Amino acid sequence: MSDFPWLSVVIFAPLIGALFITFIRGDEAVIARNTRGVALWTSIITFLISLGIWINFDVNKIGFQFEEKKYWIENLGLAYHLGVDGISVFFVILSTFLTVICILASWVTIRDRIKEYMIAFLVLETFMVGMFSSLDLVLFYVFFEGVLIPMFLIIGIWGGPRRNYASYKFFLYTLAGSVLMLLAIISMIMHSGTSDITKLLLYDFPVSMQPWLWLAFFASFAVKVPMWPVHTWLPDAHVEAPTAGSVILAGVLLKFGGYGFLRFSIPMLPIATADFVPFVFGLSVVAIIYTSLVALAQEDMKKLIAYSSVAHMGFVTMGCFSLNQQAVEGAVIQMLSHGVVSAALFLIVGVVYDRIHSRLIDDYGGLIKRMPLYSLVFMIFMMASIGMPGTSGFVGEFLVLIGTFKVNSWVALLGATGVILGAAYMLYLYRRVIFGELIKDNLKDILDLNKRELIIFAPLVLLVIVMGVYPVIFLDVMHNSVEQLINRYNSALAARDILNSVSKF
Amino acid sequence: MSSPIFPDLIPVIPEILIAIFSMFLLILGVFLREKLAEPLIRYGSLITIFVAFIILIVLPEGEALTFGNSFINNEFCIYMKALVLISSAASILMAREFLHMHQMDRFEFYILILLAVLGMFMMISANDFIALYLGLELQSLSLYVLASFQRESTRSAEAGLKYFILGALASGLFLYGVTLIYGFTGNINFNFLYSFFGDPEFTVPIGVIVGLVLIIGALAFKISAAPFHMWAPDVYQGAPTPVTAFFSVAPKIAAIALIIRVMIVPFGNLGEQWQQIIIFISIASMVLGAFAAINQTNIKRLMAYSSIGHIGYALMGLAVAAGPITSYAKDGIQAMLVYITIYLFMSLGTFACILCMKRGDRMVEEISGLSGLSKNNPVMAGVLTVLMFSMAGIPPLAGFFGKLYIFQAAIQSGLVGLAVIGVLTSVVGAFYYLRIVKIIYFEDAEEKFDRPIAPELRGVLLVSGLFIVLFIFIPTPIISLAEVAALALFPG
Repeated sequence: MSDFPWLSVVIFAPLIGALFITFIRGDEAVIARNTRGVALWTSIITFLISLGIWINFDVNKIGFQFEEKKYWIENLGLAYHLGVDGISVFFVILSTFLTVICILASWVTIRDRIKEYMIAFLVLETFMVGMFSSLDLVLFYVFFEGVLIPMFLIIGIWGGPRRNYASYKFFLYTLAGSVLMLLAIISMIMHSGTSDITKLLLYDFPVSMQPWLWLAFFASFAVKVPMWPVHTWLPDAHVEAPTAGSVILAGVLLKFGGYGFLRFSIPMLPIATADFVPFVFGLSVVAIIYTSLVALAQEDMKKLIAYSSVAHMGFVTMGCFSLNQQAVEGAVIQMLSHGVVSAALFLIVGVVYDRIHSRLIDDYGGLIKRMPLYSLVFMIFMMASIGMPGTSGFVGEFLVLIGTFKVNSWVALLGATGVILGAAYMLYLYRRVIFGELIKDNLKDILDLNKRELIIFAPLVLLVIVMGVYPVIFLDVMHNSVEQLINRYNSALAARDILNSVSKF
Repeated sequence: MSSPIFPDLIPVIPEILIAIFSMFLLILGVFLREKLAEPLIRYGSLITIFVAFIILIVLPEGEALTFGNSFINNEFCIYMKALVLISSAASILMAREFLHMHQMDRFEFYILILLAVLGMFMMISANDFIALYLGLELQSLSLYVLASFQRESTRSAEAGLKYFILGALASGLFLYGVTLIYGFTGNINFNFLYSFFGDPEFTVPIGVIVGLVLIIGALAFKISAAPFHMWAPDVYQGAPTPVTAFFSVAPKIAAIALIIRVMIVPFGNLGEQWQQIIIFISIASMVLGAFAAINQTNIKRLMAYSSIGHIGYALMGLAVAAGPITSYAKDGIQAMLVYITIYLFMSLGTFACILCMKRGDRMVEEISGLSGLSKNNPVMAGVLTVLMFSMAGIPPLAGFFGKLYIFQAAIQSGLVGLAVIGVLTSVVGAFYYLRIVKIIYFEDAEEKFDRPIAPELRGVLLVSGLFIVLFIFIPTPIISLAEVAALALFPG
């Protein structure tokens, strides 16, 4: 493998693009055109470089690859330490991929303060990639929390009418969760004497300490996932955010939580994890069933998709905490699939919102008569969201359910009802929007997808189908890393059991 | 060791220099015409500060005692003095335009700042209670006059008077505390007191405790920590804005240095006694700073509460330093120094923004006046936003690292409860910092602020903005300087 600093380049390339944008001068039209150009090219180049990481990724190697390490704050032992394994590599690519989509999606809709907008997205990309590739706890936290700044501005500046409320709620909810994680991080560093994630993955924290650390991490990740009952910020944030903001929020930011469970909670605190499995199962099942029912009753399309996100992420937490090979791999695939599908669904809402300026389901109906292409694309993603075989959604949910069934058939049974409910609300949404008579006057001359929108949707459709038909290309890459995670968990539990049985005598 | 007849003057050169220069400039000012005197003395005072800074850096390393052990200079003092000089120079630079606009451009302003700096130097370097009191009073008297420098404004006069009365009360408390300490120990020298209290056979008499509490109360007043903060919002609001900018940094830093030195050196062995007091003051300040700021509409008042909150976080480091383990104590002080250094830049930058807020030659102090700044002046809006997020402690900005160090020190020494309260109040605090960002970005534009911005303000804005943003890339210099400074407090 070459010594090329792939990850650093992917992290800092967007920042360089953002710096370029700050220097763009001229009258308004020139600024807008150049800004869009620079932002698009930066994101495309970043995406291509990140593909290089996937291509050069060695599937057979165990542990982290593309590692880079430089001293950062020496007296606390902090380092600028990067690396990816089979789990995180996909999230890095998902982030860079969706950034390109977002910039394309806001090509014409964002006219106000376009420089700030593009800078915010590029900075956001830096933070997202950095967060998935950090191998130092504090560095991870810096990126994890840093995301709040651009996202707060994106929702607050370019959002809908209740954007103030939504952006505050988003910011303060997530901040309140993650400051506790900061304290847990500090105590882990103090206790183990290192902030290096590769070392901490093998470090055994004392059993008495684990539940507290676990809960502090959980406070942060549960808000991010979001898990019921701390999910209430999500519908507000989604509804008020601009389309691209919703895309990145659903596509990448929600994955922080699931990724956090897999990277920190489970391998570093395995014994606490084992104790909290029923708790997480309970919350996941409630999330799946309750939020599906809530989604069924929504009048606002974005809100409906937001609630469906909570339900789908319920499968992710369920899979993560089933702790066997199938379930965890399923959870990762489910996250990736949800990243693509929910992003696409928000874009689909964005398409008609740009034309009619309404998100209410009742304002639509009979779109198939004027927008056949749109209806087709919508159908594909609706099916993917339901988990139709042949789409990415099926692979994720199926693996999660198999894995969970092995552990606890009741949880799997209740989880499976979520699939049925999912079909119910998505089909209901699709029928009301696409079918029926076209009676609304303002819909009579609505235009079908234009070229730019087709370019946006084409890769998403392709991805959903590839992931659904041939998931092995993804599963192979993550196989080793997931296996290592499960082994680590099982051996820690075995060690505890031995200890317990010894102490009985 | 110095000879008993003539004291060693080398450690005192910066103080002597400032004293001579300020008196020289004062005399010069009296004999020059008003219009000529103001710029000349402004430059003169800047040069004084610059020269003092250079001398400070080149002073011989290590600890130096002089004037019969009542004056000390070591790395800790040098670090704090350097911070005082940086903030004073920035305050002088930022003041020029404001003073000119309000017909207050009298040369005495700069002389008063120089004298205050001299007082602060004495406070920082004091090694017995009398020397300390002399420095404290020289500083305070200069500050009282500065607070009421805008003679025509009743608010300014009120601020000066209020500051004076409450400050005099605090000085009284302090002196009373010192007399009690003296009465029970028979000495006022810091090193003597340290070994006196360190005697294993020494049991703490109640009088010493009372004296200690009075001294802490007076020092808490000087750093405007709750529950001795009442003067701060009124004085911040009433004083002319450049003076407020000065108040929010230089005297704070000097007072922080003072409270660190007094707690660690003479009372270092009484940590058990004062730790709880400091913890209480720290919690009270953090909570008050977070909650009381929410409803403020005046940005200077808001900054007063914000600074109370920041002092609360900084004091967490001092609470850590009360513990028995020296390496943890050192980390606590180091964290405090890192925190206060970052605070200095955030505060200066914010006040530079506040000084830019003027429409038609009238200062705007309402927070709502910032609305739509992002359209009218995107650069200033960007810098102010960065500063606000940094104050809220959001990474990757510098403010986060200050908090990281403080919480690290607190958790390391087992003060987990304090750290939890700290992070929770920081979430509440984030709310009002976000409010400013919201007003800047999310609301419709009001009338533009006057342009162009004075070059000095632009410079301060740029430097502080860059410091806050780039700290993450090059954190080591400040952190290692703070470590050296903190080590100087714990010999051996």
